[in-house]
Amino acid sequence: MLNVPKIKIAFPLVKNNPDLVYLDSAATSLKPKTVIDKLVEYYEEYGVNIKRGVYKLSERATQEYEQSRRLVAEFIGAQSKDEIVFTRSATESLNLVAYGFGRAGISESDEIVVSIAEHHSNFVPWQVLAGETGAFFKVIDITDEGYLDLDLKNLDEIITKKTKILALSYVSNVLGTVFPIKKISEAAKKINPSIIIVIDAAQAVPHLPVKVQELGCDFLAFSGHKMLGPTGVGILWGRRELLNAMFPFQYGGEMIQKVAIEGTTFASLPDKFEAGTPAIADAIALKNALSYLKQFGLKNIYEHERKLLAYAKKLLKEEFKNKITIYGPPSIQDKGGILSFSFGKIHPHDVAAVLDGEGVCVRAGHHCTMPLHRRLGVAATTRASFYLYNNTSDIDRLATGLQKILSVFK
Amino acid sequence: MYREFILDHYRNPRNFGSLRGATNSASVYNSLCGDSIQIQLRLKDDKVLDARFSGESCAIARSSGSLLTEYIKGKSKKKLINLNKAFMIKLIGIEISPVRLKCLLLPLEALRKAL
Repeated sequence: MLNVPKIKIAFPLVKNNPDLVYLDSAATSLKPKTVIDKLVEYYEEYGVNIKRGVYKLSERATQEYEQSRRLVAEFIGAQSKDEIVFTRSATESLNLVAYGFGRAGISESDEIVVSIAEHHSNFVPWQVLAGETGAFFKVIDITDEGYLDLDLKNLDEIITKKTKILALSYVSNVLGTVFPIKKISEAAKKINPSIIIVIDAAQAVPHLPVKVQELGCDFLAFSGHKMLGPTGVGILWGRRELLNAMFPFQYGGEMIQKVAIEGTTFASLPDKFEAGTPAIADAIALKNALSYLKQFGLKNIYEHERKLLAYAKKLLKEEFKNKITIYGPPSIQDKGGILSFSFGKIHPHDVAAVLDGEGVCVRAGHHCTMPLHRRLGVAATTRASFYLYNNTSDIDRLATGLQKILSVFK
Repeated sequence: MYREFILDHYRNPRNFGSLRGATNSASVYNSLCGDSIQIQLRLKDDKVLDARFSGESCAIARSSGSLLTEYIKGKSKKKLINLNKAFMIKLIGIEISPVRLKCLLLPLEALRKAL
C-alpha cells in the first residue's frame, strides 16, 4: 500500500495547488522535490559542460551524467550502460531507430508492421520510412475490446520472413491495454529470427517493472518526464550490435572519434548517438526520479494504479451508467492506469473545460492516436490517467466534476 | 465560459445543416482535437444570401458557427473577408482561453476558405 498523502507532500506543485486534482500523468508526470533540487544542484554547484573539460567541475558533471546512464541501464535491466542513449524524447528515440536503422536496412521487398493503437511517434516514422523505401506498411488492427487483433498461434498471418521491423507500444496511451510483448516477441522471432522489434514503452517504464532482456525486443524507447524526471530527456535502449551497425542520427560535436578533411570516424557507443551538448541537468536529475520510484517498487506502483482504475471504473459506471463509454479491455488485469472515455454526446473539449473549472486536470483530444480514434469511431476522447500520487479521493472529485457537466449541459 | 447564451447556441445551433444551391463551400479541420466544420454559402453579386454550417465539434466551435452564420447573411464578401480574431471574440462575448481560441476561430477559417 502506498501512503499517498505522504507522497503528495513530496511534490511541490501539489503543495502550491492544494485543491488541484492532477489526472494527466500519461501526458507528463509531476516532479518530486528531490528531482527539482537535483536540477538546482547541477546549475549551482557544477553547472558546466561534460566530457571535454579537463577541470574538476567538468569531471564531476560528466560523472553525474554517466552515473544517471548507469542507473537507467540498471532500471530496465540492460546489459551495459553503453546500450543507453539519451535523446530529447521518446519520440526522438523512435525516430533515431527509424532513421539510423531504417536507412541502412530497409528495401522495397521488406515489410514494416505496426498496430493501429500506436502513438503517432511510433506510427508516422515507420509509415514515412515505408513510403520512402517502398517497403510494405502493415497495420495490426485491435479487437472491439481493445486487444491487438492477432492470434499468437497464427502470427505468421501477419509476421513473415519479409518483416524487417515490428513496432509496438507496450501500454496503449489511450486504451491502457498492456500488450503481451514478451509473447509476441517470442512468436515473431520464431517465424523470422532476424526481425527487429521496436517497443514504445513510454507508458510502461514509469508504471510497471520492465526488463529488456526478458521482453525479447531489440529497441525500447521511453521518456524521463513521464516518470517523475525533468522534461527534455528521452531514452533509447538498443542491442549493442544493432546500435553499432546503425548510422548515427546527427553529426557534429561529441559523436566523433577523429575528423579530417579526408573523412570522419565516429565515437563508440553511446556517444555516437549523442551529438551536441545534451540536456545535462535534466539527464542528471532523472537519476533522482529513478531512485524515488525505486523506493516504492514498480510492482507496487502498478498495483496501486490498477486499484485506482478498478475503483474509478466501478464508480463512474454506477453514477453515469450508459452515459459513459469507457474504452479498452473490460478486465483491469490487462490494463495500466489509463481511463479514456466518452461522456454522452458532450464533446471531450467541453468535458475537460468544465472539469478544469472544478480543479480537475484531464486530457481531451485524440492523444496523438488519430488512426486509433478513427477505429473507435470517435474524433476525440477524454482521458484520465493515474500515478503513484493519486488516490480514490481524486477519483471522487472526477465523478463530482462529471456531475457538474451534466448540470451545465442538461 | 459556458453561459446560458452559449449553451443555447450549442443546443439549438442556428443555420445548422446543409444548404441547397450553395455556390461556395469549405471544410476545415482542427488538428488538435480532430473536430471539423463545414460551411456552405449561397452568394449572389458578392453578397451572402444564405449560409449553413455543420460538423462534429465542441460547444465553443458550434456556438461560434451559429453566431457567425447569423451575422454573415446579407453581408458583402468584401466586408466578410476582413473579419478577424478580435471580431470573433467580440461576437461570442465570453473570455476564451488560448487553447480554445482555435475552436472559436474554426468557423471563421471555414468562411474565409469558402469565400
